[in-house]
Amino acid sequence: MILIVDMNCKKDSLGYFEFVLPIAAVVEPLDNWIVRHYLEVTSEDLSLCGAIILSGTPLMDKATLSQPEKFGWLKETEKAVLGICAGMETIGVVYGMSLTQCLEIGMTSINVTKENPLFSAEFKAYSLHSICLELTADFEVWAKSALCVQVIKHKRKNICGTLFHPEVRNQEIIKKFIENQINRK
Amino acid sequence: MRLGVLFSGGKDSTLALSYGREKEEVACLITLLSENKESYMFHTPNIDITELQAEALALPQIAKTTQGEKEKELLDLEEAIAEATREFKIQGVVTGAVESVYQAERVQRICNKMDLWCFNPLWKHNQKALLEELLEKRFKVIISGVFAYPLDEKWLGKEIDTPIINRLVDLQQKYSISPSGEGGEIETTVLDAPEFKKKIEILDSAVDYRGNSGVFRINRARLVEK
Repeated sequence: MILIVDMNCKKDSLGYFEFVLPIAAVVEPLDNWIVRHYLEVTSEDLSLCGAIILSGTPLMDKATLSQPEKFGWLKETEKAVLGICAGMETIGVVYGMSLTQCLEIGMTSINVTKENPLFSAEFKAYSLHSICLELTADFEVWAKSALCVQVIKHKRKNICGTLFHPEVRNQEIIKKFIENQINRK
Repeated sequence: MRLGVLFSGGKDSTLALSYGREKEEVACLITLLSENKESYMFHTPNIDITELQAEALALPQIAKTTQGEKEKELLDLEEAIAEATREFKIQGVVTGAVESVYQAERVQRICNKMDLWCFNPLWKHNQKALLEELLEKRFKVIISGVFAYPLDEKWLGKEIDTPIINRLVDLQQKYSISPSGEGGEIETTVLDAPEFKKKIEILDSAVDYRGNSGVFRINRARLVEK
């Protein structure tokens, strides 16, 4: 089962349809899924799931970035985690990274900087973000755009993040993330 | 949150409005009346019917004419959204974008510039499911424009129902036509929806079909009790 964490500032928001359901649609053919709002994630959810996906949010919604204490479990979990946009930014905040202004809206060229199991050659992806991360030594960069780091991976844990939205034009990245977890079982 | 809905009178913006009303407060409709029938951004068939639809919805409407020149039409949209912000104190915008990155990106940029929230509640929805949702929610939607082979004049003015949805899905398999018209293959006009306090009755219409495209033009219509 995949735990999809709804990162919108409130539960059952208008952003749910845009940022959570499209991820569920990609997961659906591969595995069961449940959605939990980030304020309602339980230890049982974390224990039962095979992997965790943190959703994005509307551009104006930065609520999770000021609440790293709500994501203490991100430091403890041994489950695979994929953070998408605000999800990746939240991973960064939880792991002590600083945020800087960086606006990218629309299709963006993504350059691969490190061989990895999710994608290979350069590709285009849909971006919708106004900030980016300055990495700490715990993380490595898997891909960049012309303006900023786009994909990160924790060096020891199975935690990664994409600043772009793979659920829009690069669903195969989410599929590979899930298939990798299924194959590990 | 007070929202303005980018409203074309077609199925997507009307359904997006339903989602907006379910979760937040819809304060007004924002409509661009494009004089360019080829506009990538804005729906054109029967766009003047939006005035009746706004009345049926009991919502104020900001309607702005645009010549529909690429990129310049975005400045017109920005002005219309700015007017909605001034007049109705909206804090965000709702669009009916489903697949078009082109449209979504441009509205996102305008909203970002104006410090407004931007919501696309139909984003990436399955297109067949979206059409079926219209039926489940008892929308009355007609096809008001066809712009791709093999869609012909026989489709114009037809109400979207289960057989029409099945035929559109069939055409998707044979001709790669987007069933909900995301590639601009069809345009629609909503005559009734759950939020409408009255429904639209067409009094006079005409079909104008040439080559592989055509429109069902509503010449006269009125609101009647439901």
